[in-house]
Amino acid sequence: MQAVEKAIKEKARALLADGTVDRVLGWEKGEYCYDNTPAVFTAENLDSLVYNSFCGANLSKYLIAESKKEGRVLALLKPCDTYSFNQLIKEHRIDREKVYVLGIPCHGIADVEKLNAKGIKGIERITEDGGKLIVQTMYGEKECELNDVLLERCMACKGPEHMVSDDVTEDSAPVELRKHDRFGMVEKLMQMTPDERFEFWRSELSRCIRCNACRNACPACSCLKCVFDNDASGVSSKANVDTFEENMFHIIRAFHVAGRCTDCGECSRVCPQGIPLHLLNRKFIHDINENYGEYQAGADDSSAWPLVDYTQDDVEPGAIKGGKN
Amino acid sequence: MQVEKQETGEFKPLIVAFCCNWCSYAGADLAGTSRLNYPANVKIIRVPCSCRVNPLFILRAFQRGADGVIINGCHPGDCHYSTGNYYARRRMALLFSMLEYLGIEKGRTRVEWVSAAEGQRFAQVMNEFVETIHNLGENKRLEDLRCKR
Amino acid sequence: MQRIGVFVCWCGSNIAATVDVSAVAEAVKNEPGVVLATDYQYMCSEVGQAKIKDAIKEHGLTGVVVCSCSPRMHEATFRKTAAAAGLNPYMVEIANIREQCSWIHKDKEEGTEKAIILAKAAIAKLNLNAPLIAGESPVVKRALVIGGGIAGIQTALDIADAGYEVDIVEKSPTIGGKMAQLDKTFPTLDCAACILTPKMVDAAQHEKIHLYTYSEVEKVSGFVGNFTVDIRKKARNVKEDLCTGCGVCMEKCPSKKAKSEFNMGLNARSAIYVPFAQAVPNVPVIDHSACIHYKTGKCGLCEKSCPSDAIDFEQQDEIITREYGAIIAATGFNPIPMDDFDEYGYSQNPDVVTSLEFERLMNAAGPTKGVLLRPSDGKHPKTLVFVQCVGSRDTTECGKPYCSKICCMYTAKHAMLVREKYPDTEVYVFYIDVRTPGKNFDEFQRRAVEQYGVNYVKGMVGKVAEEDGVLKVQASDLISGTQMHIDADMVILAAAIEPDKSARPLATMLTASMDTNDFFTEAHPKLRPVESPTAGVFLSGVCQGPKDIPETVAQAGAAASKVIGLLAKDKLTCNPCVAGASELLCNGCSACQNVCPYGAIEYVEKEINDHGVRETRRVAQVNEAVCQGCGACTVTCPSGAMDLKGFTNKQIMAEVDAICR
Repeated sequence: MQAVEKAIKEKARALLADGTVDRVLGWEKGEYCYDNTPAVFTAENLDSLVYNSFCGANLSKYLIAESKKEGRVLALLKPCDTYSFNQLIKEHRIDREKVYVLGIPCHGIADVEKLNAKGIKGIERITEDGGKLIVQTMYGEKECELNDVLLERCMACKGPEHMVSDDVTEDSAPVELRKHDRFGMVEKLMQMTPDERFEFWRSELSRCIRCNACRNACPACSCLKCVFDNDASGVSSKANVDTFEENMFHIIRAFHVAGRCTDCGECSRVCPQGIPLHLLNRKFIHDINENYGEYQAGADDSSAWPLVDYTQDDVEPGAIKGGKN
Repeated sequence: MQVEKQETGEFKPLIVAFCCNWCSYAGADLAGTSRLNYPANVKIIRVPCSCRVNPLFILRAFQRGADGVIINGCHPGDCHYSTGNYYARRRMALLFSMLEYLGIEKGRTRVEWVSAAEGQRFAQVMNEFVETIHNLGENKRLEDLRCKR
Repeated sequence: MQRIGVFVCWCGSNIAATVDVSAVAEAVKNEPGVVLATDYQYMCSEVGQAKIKDAIKEHGLTGVVVCSCSPRMHEATFRKTAAAAGLNPYMVEIANIREQCSWIHKDKEEGTEKAIILAKAAIAKLNLNAPLIAGESPVVKRALVIGGGIAGIQTALDIADAGYEVDIVEKSPTIGGKMAQLDKTFPTLDCAACILTPKMVDAAQHEKIHLYTYSEVEKVSGFVGNFTVDIRKKARNVKEDLCTGCGVCMEKCPSKKAKSEFNMGLNARSAIYVPFAQAVPNVPVIDHSACIHYKTGKCGLCEKSCPSDAIDFEQQDEIITREYGAIIAATGFNPIPMDDFDEYGYSQNPDVVTSLEFERLMNAAGPTKGVLLRPSDGKHPKTLVFVQCVGSRDTTECGKPYCSKICCMYTAKHAMLVREKYPDTEVYVFYIDVRTPGKNFDEFQRRAVEQYGVNYVKGMVGKVAEEDGVLKVQASDLISGTQMHIDADMVILAAAIEPDKSARPLATMLTASMDTNDFFTEAHPKLRPVESPTAGVFLSGVCQGPKDIPETVAQAGAAASKVIGLLAKDKLTCNPCVAGASELLCNGCSACQNVCPYGAIEYVEKEINDHGVRETRRVAQVNEAVCQGCGACTVTCPSGAMDLKGFTNKQIMAEVDAICR
């Protein structure tokens, strides 16, 4: 990945120099090395751009704001980020002309929680080579397989292809990710009894503190003003004071992104409470695939997504199983 | 309703029924014209089309103490606006599945296509739905305790 | 804060018997905004309406809630009342305490309690109402009649006579429809062609009528006053402007084995043909499935023989796009297929025919030149058995649950005509009931029995089996309770009629509703019988329900008068309950545009001042003249930028809250 980071910087420098782009959207080191944060660079501060196994943040959403500004921005998009980019193009949220998409390779994002669980703590620096992670910690250098500490979403990786790009940084040493069944957990939940499911979600959703991190990170959840923030909507609410509001917020949030959610997994990644929010979105994706035909949001930039589409012989409400009775 | 529940001990479910103006609302009217009985627990809200029913309305009804919500529209293919109920069908199919996935009892929400000519069916559907909700009992999983009296 | 007046109607005892109306008025008088709550026997009466008007003036009301019958019944009435007193008509809400309360509940306490809740919901909604002003849209002064049978012809003539342009689209090569196929008409026994063909010619020659024969409606968009219709004019392969109708091509055509549709397949016609001699227009059409040129590339005799070079093998279908203010469906009917009725042996025996086939066999222009000869051997039949209600009033899968209405009369007509022409014949009619309401109808049927000696037998035929050229008919006589065995030469089935198959897809295009039998639904079964619930769409003839010719013509005229009433207006008032997007909230995502059935939503780049931040944004704009107010966009919009006037998110939630309180 260090070679990739170097190649990206070279490319960015060249594009800035020849005037193709005016700035670069990438990641910089956050407070800790494992919370790399989206940032905009120019030639002056480009050295501080980082790209490593902690660059999870999906940059597509930031392009809504970036593409409104003067000049052109170079966007570094991992394969899975390009799906979100396409979906936002479809929804006219990004000015395509103002973005130069550099498709960059990804070897999977490391989950810091999983590293911690392996006893790898006090992380100061991370490098990846051929699927092996070399982690500098305050307790010395540690090693582990990236596949053992993959972020959940990377275990359902949509593949190394970029759905859209103006140029692509070649991957000299691609790695094989260890995947699991993307809908395994959804189906497991569906196998539970309603009482068990209710208990599961109650214990998960009751931890919600309504920090709105999921909403802020989600590329699909990008309304100028959310209904839950709008006093005129009649449903505005700021904080959860009752179990109902957690349910309401998360059901509606998932419903609003249904058919548009690319399953990028940002919601779960950023949730400070560790709520598996992606399991809500994946339920919708699961139902859509089973009942309306396989659909991958963001695979293209023009098709009508399932909720603004229909067929005359769609299944009836009630026919789709939410789970065992 | 809630007060009554405590007073008599008998569970009288509260049902909110959204009816599209062109078919189901007329079907409900025909049930009345034909003097067909269904429980008074059913309260109808008129909307232009089943596609006007926002999931927010449904959750709001549950929040405020409804025990069941039923959405009625024209039969697929017969929508006054030609395609409204097709969208409603997808929206509600996915929403209902999600509610069930969250552990909300199956059957607390329902969609029925009732034409203007089906007064008999409207009454029958309402009777059945009230019975289903009666058997399911009070909505406890999607209520807002603050809205309890 | 609104100043709301609540008016609770007794509707005589219709409401007052099950709902304590004064208790309702009492219970809502302290609801937010309510300044007056009262009750009266008949709110819709002149006195009742005057009470509302007076109250609006006296109490300075800003809104009115009427607790009464369904808004489908009197919403328009009370809106007019409010408007007459200077109140915006959309500041009126109806609580439906009759159809949806008093008429379905028996217990007065329960009914009263529910009525109070419904009233409170209406009040809660009204508190959020805003005055709405209806826009206007222009009316295209041209009508489209779909179907060129007697219904369509009559409607078109009546509209054209009033001075408006009318187009008739007919899918077959000629206008005339089913009536052109009939021999004589009941109860006067005048010949169908003699009274129909002059009307066909009138239609063709009328300067305001344009015929599109051999054409079909392909696409309909728009709305009342402003429909845009694509008409597919199928290739006749004969140039209408050059053809003189001389008929040489038909004579020369060597392919003469195609079944004549007009004669119900009882004889053959050439591949290039006009359906019948009096066809309008008298221009042939080439049947590709029978034409040697289209099958082998050879022949072309018609082309060579045509004296006016009218044959055009290369002619293609043409799409014509036209605008109309009103559309009239007059798609007519067909007898149902008899294949599923094995007991009558229709498929096996050529001498078992349907009544429409029998019409052709009796007709002077028919395959037998009007001499009654049976199809199998061309012999003169001596014993004829008529079976009524074949597939009518039949709740099994192969039949229709309704009465086809015309069969009793035409069967009596057939029986009478046979007996008159051939006194040597024995004629039996098997019936379930004989239904002859109509002017001179019962007298007509009785004449068949009393004067012409037709044997009417109450009962059904159980089986028809052919044996040595004789049709063995087994039947039961319900009155004497005996089994009957008749050796018949011909059996005539009064097949049920069903709407033409083109009606269903047409209804979908028109967004007009249909009943379970595929008959078009009328806007009101009694009070608006010739209008579809879809504004601007009218119904003429059997497409709305079974009818005989006089009824069809009457309805066709009624439909025409409704259309004339519409076309006479220069502008229509639009429904003001339309969608609208908040520019500040709109994301510009186009989701709403995707689901709008009318293409009413456009996106524009617009400079927006969002609390001091000025930027150019892509925002949705609703064309209020095109929007019909379904609300599909409002739910698709995640930010809630799109809302529907008259049914806003907040209004509906206020109703939910009031009901769940």
